[in-house]
Amino acid sequence: MTLALDIFSLLAIAAGAFFFLAGTVALLRFPDSLSRLHALTKADNLGLGLVVLGLLPRADGPLAAMKLVILWGLVQLSSGAVAQMIGAALRRREAAR
Amino acid sequence: MSVSSIAGIAGAMLVGLGLYGFIVSPQLLRKVLAFSVLGSGVFLLFGVVARRGAGAGFHADPVPQALVITGIVVAFAASAIAVALILRLYAETGGVTLDPDAWSKDRGQSQE
Amino acid sequence: MTFYRALDLSLALLVVGIAAWTVLSRDLFGAVVGYVAYGLLLAIVWVRLLAPDVALTEAAIGGGATGVLIIAAGSRLRSMQTSEPGDTANGIQKALAAALSALVAIALAAVMLLLPEPAPTLAPQAAGGLEAAGLGNPVTATLMVYRGFDTMLEKAVLVLAVVGVWSIGPDRFWGGAPAPLGRTRPKRALVFLAQMIAPLGVLIGLHIFWVSADEPGGAFQGGAILAAMWIIVMIARLADPPRVGSRALRLALVSGPAVFVIVALLGPFLGGSFLSYPPGFVKPVILFVEAFMLLSIAAAIPLLIAGPPLRSPRP
Repeated sequence: MTLALDIFSLLAIAAGAFFFLAGTVALLRFPDSLSRLHALTKADNLGLGLVVLGLLPRADGPLAAMKLVILWGLVQLSSGAVAQMIGAALRRREAAR
Repeated sequence: MSVSSIAGIAGAMLVGLGLYGFIVSPQLLRKVLAFSVLGSGVFLLFGVVARRGAGAGFHADPVPQALVITGIVVAFAASAIAVALILRLYAETGGVTLDPDAWSKDRGQSQE
Repeated sequence: MTFYRALDLSLALLVVGIAAWTVLSRDLFGAVVGYVAYGLLLAIVWVRLLAPDVALTEAAIGGGATGVLIIAAGSRLRSMQTSEPGDTANGIQKALAAALSALVAIALAAVMLLLPEPAPTLAPQAAGGLEAAGLGNPVTATLMVYRGFDTMLEKAVLVLAVVGVWSIGPDRFWGGAPAPLGRTRPKRALVFLAQMIAPLGVLIGLHIFWVSADEPGGAFQGGAILAAMWIIVMIARLADPPRVGSRALRLALVSGPAVFVIVALLGPFLGGSFLSYPPGFVKPVILFVEAFMLLSIAAAIPLLIAGPPLRSPRP
């Protein structure tokens, strides 16, 4: 049972790391700032969700597991708001040009 | 190479980088940034000493860690005063460096 | 253990690389962003050094609060848009500075690698006093019991720093309010974020303070999170920086060091010497003092970031 859980954790965290890597590649390769922002927020949030999912079997107790999920929720909240603001700032800069 | 040696060398390099940036940057905000890098490098050296002092059931010696916590807070307070001085200098002279030739003469209004 | 070694090496390389970027980059905004990232990576290095309390403090105050301070200052200076001004040091001065810095770095690295082998430590003494104090977290015990005098003075330093920042403003504005931290019409997303995250953040800050008796945490870390919530509320213009002369603000600010000093002065009557806690009541008294420290820190950090008063006091 624990072996299966460990393999699950490993796969989930590896998938999360892959999504983080994909987001970073997008950051470096996409042509303009808006598409980079889009790729970064989506990929990073999904990557973090997979990492949290992989860490859930290893948390000690349901309270720690709940804290991990709340962590993911908080990151989504703040990264969503910040992405909106960055997008608005980018539009303002383009309009000013 | 344990984590202590790696972190020790990293801390020493941070001190060197911070010192170089502090001496060389003309812009005052960059000096404050370099000073913060210097300070955190020194704290990292404390952390290495703490890690090496593991014993009595602890993974690290708690006394240097407490000193570093105090240090981080005090360094932030010092940076805040430095930044307030820089902002006042800008309001009075319009310059962001300590070079008097870069200050414009007809400043002196407060911001906003 | 090769995984850990690879992790440590890559972390160290990243940290030093980002510090180099911060120090050497051409434009100020890039340097500041680099500094915030540097603070967060440094927090992970602290976790690798098995110092979770320090990691929390570095992430919250070293990376977060200092980053906000410098970004706010940079935007007020409008020097985020301007490039490096002239009068950079010439080649010879740069070479001398580089030589000096390299010398210092090499000397420190040599000292770090040649530290005495049975490493001197105070861990046994720290462990010995934990039961009498009723605490489980040795760092909290060190901060509040063994080196309580340092912590008391540090709170006083924070308050003095706030007074210092206030006194840098023009004389005619003394007693007034600092300039607002955010734009006049903040973005809806920012207001939404502030409204959603402030209650949660207050809860988390209080939690981190409360568990510091037995688990990693502390009044400084919790206070920094509370301060961050007030800062984001001010940036979203849901509240504005208060008047510097307001009595409630000043009371909140000095309550931390004042309560600490009073408990220290009561020490001779209750415990035997200056700053000794009454035996049997050590943990409740520590939590009582720490609660006021929390209030004081949560008030001081946003005031340090808001800056000197720049509005005239109301008549």
